[in-house]
Amino acid sequence: MPPREGVYGLLAEFNTPSELVHATEEAHRAGYRRMECYTPYPVEEAAEALHFHKTRVPLVCLIGGLMGVTTAFLMETWINVWAYPLNIAGRPLFSWPAFIIPAYEWTILFSGFSAALGMIALNGLPQLYHPVFNAPNFRNGATTDKFFLCLEAVDPKFSLSETRAFLEQFPAVSVVEVDH
Amino acid sequence: MATKGPMQDPSVDPVIDPMIDPRTGEYAVIAPGHNFKSVTQKIAGIVLTSNTPLGWFFGLIVAAGVTMGLVVGCTWLFLKGVGIWGVTIPGAWGFAIINFVWWIGIGHAGTLISAILLLFKQTWRNSINRFAEAMTIFAVVCAGTFPLIHVGRPWLAYWLFPYPNTMNVWPQFRSPLAWDVFAVSTYASISIIFWYIGMIPDFGTLRDRATMPAAKYFYGMLSLGWRGSTRHWIRYESASLLLAGLSTPLVLSVHTVISFDFAVAALAGWHTTIFPPYFVAGAVYSGFAMVLTLAIPIRKFYHMEDLVTLRHLDNMAKVMLATGSIVAYGYGMEVFMAWFSASHWEFFMMWNRMFGPMGWAYWILILTNIAIPLTTLWSRKLRVNVTFLFILSLIVNTGMWFERFVIVVTSLYREYLPSSWGTYRATKWDYMIYVGTMGLFTFLFFLFVRFLPMIPMSEIRMMLPQTKVTRGVDAETATEETA
Repeated sequence: MPPREGVYGLLAEFNTPSELVHATEEAHRAGYRRMECYTPYPVEEAAEALHFHKTRVPLVCLIGGLMGVTTAFLMETWINVWAYPLNIAGRPLFSWPAFIIPAYEWTILFSGFSAALGMIALNGLPQLYHPVFNAPNFRNGATTDKFFLCLEAVDPKFSLSETRAFLEQFPAVSVVEVDH
Repeated sequence: MATKGPMQDPSVDPVIDPMIDPRTGEYAVIAPGHNFKSVTQKIAGIVLTSNTPLGWFFGLIVAAGVTMGLVVGCTWLFLKGVGIWGVTIPGAWGFAIINFVWWIGIGHAGTLISAILLLFKQTWRNSINRFAEAMTIFAVVCAGTFPLIHVGRPWLAYWLFPYPNTMNVWPQFRSPLAWDVFAVSTYASISIIFWYIGMIPDFGTLRDRATMPAAKYFYGMLSLGWRGSTRHWIRYESASLLLAGLSTPLVLSVHTVISFDFAVAALAGWHTTIFPPYFVAGAVYSGFAMVLTLAIPIRKFYHMEDLVTLRHLDNMAKVMLATGSIVAYGYGMEVFMAWFSASHWEFFMMWNRMFGPMGWAYWILILTNIAIPLTTLWSRKLRVNVTFLFILSLIVNTGMWFERFVIVVTSLYREYLPSSWGTYRATKWDYMIYVGTMGLFTFLFFLFVRFLPMIPMSEIRMMLPQTKVTRGVDAETATEETA
């Protein structure tokens, strides 16, 4: 992919989560859609303001869990019934109650890894480079005590001067241009 | 939950201690006066400082020295075989299984704090969950050592894993030993991933605050490029909750499976249905004791009293009181069932356990695990007495080790046939390896507190009063209040 150039978006910095949520709601009301909030801890109200509700992490986790239980149970059955049958004290070869315990553990193993790695993958991580890191004030605050709203240039409503004027009506500490 | 009830008029009964919330009479979860920046600075400062405290180096070297016991003990074991241990017939299971069950039990409190308390929305867990999870992982490392080295030919321990091999030999899935492999390896994997996922946002903070290039690079790689995007946070929270929901049955199942190692055997003293819940309660009991053993010196050394407050210690002591009572019930039930089952062997086992040649171990267990903790923990004064809690946590850890000792040894050495009775005596190699794992645990912990954020910064931020979001016209006035 060739390096992209130009403006990525406009980044407004706020001191409190309330100001951020308010600005995000207003931006959504004004018709902006391609935007993102950056906060040092999860702010649920910001997600509501962005109208972001559903994640597919639980679905990925469920699929992983089902894969885990099926894999483990079939594997155990195959191993202890066909591949390597052992007659221990005359117990039946298909003694499925004993197989449940490892199958249960693998359900948790697979679904746990699916939830964790699924979350990372859906978030598009690892992604060590991102344009917002170019903003001079972002690294100082975004992971400590500041709240950011980024209106992205790909939004059809985005215009450098108008969007800047829109963001400056809020009590933002600063509004800066973010380059790719 | 308030034990004192609401305070009266402050002018009549002035609250001297600023840590006590005058509305509830409870200790605060975080000391007043903290904000986003101060919390971050405090926690990140420990990791990012270039002035490592001398005490840390001293502790690390001592721990490394003790770990040498494990290295030497294992080397000699691999050269000579398990004959250097005190295990014989009938006492075929000695320190290896005792220490395995003890260590894995210690790990359980970490998962309990990070998972079950998260599901129950107990926000006080936030200050202690990170190092409790670290404790879990290091305890599982120590626990895992024992089954690995006790199998006789440890270089073949991987035969327990189902993998296609040229010999066409497969594991036996009806055996509790194979169940153990699945339970413990799953537990270790899920604990590590849960721990790491929890640290990603904090790695982001450390990356942004680091000044040295090596630290920037190190935490930058670990943070995966985390930038705190709201969409990321929502998925992150969802994954955390799912992992908590999965870890909760996992933590219960792991110790249940371990209790099956015993309960599946047709031996008086082991073959009981009470084992699974009783083992889990004991695990949580010893785990919380270990969290206290670690938390009390660490909060003192790193001046963390305002983040790990007396409220945390008090709550942990309450959990210990509850789980300790379950354990006491378990002991009572064992005795009762030995009598009520009218089984000659059960009855003899219990009598032998109490008054036989190893009766001293049983009474130490009752004293350290039941008598001392369960009489003192009812007192709120003692629950918030740091020195007392520290000593008590050591007592309970000892008691829980003796519980495993009593279960393993006194059930085995005098079984059905008097002609095959024997005894069990641990050798110096047993002790050396056991103490060595304690060194390993401490060593890993020293590395952890120095290089990783020991308190989750992002979760502490969520508990501050500044996080409250007010809507609409109030937003601007709220700004002034919280700024």
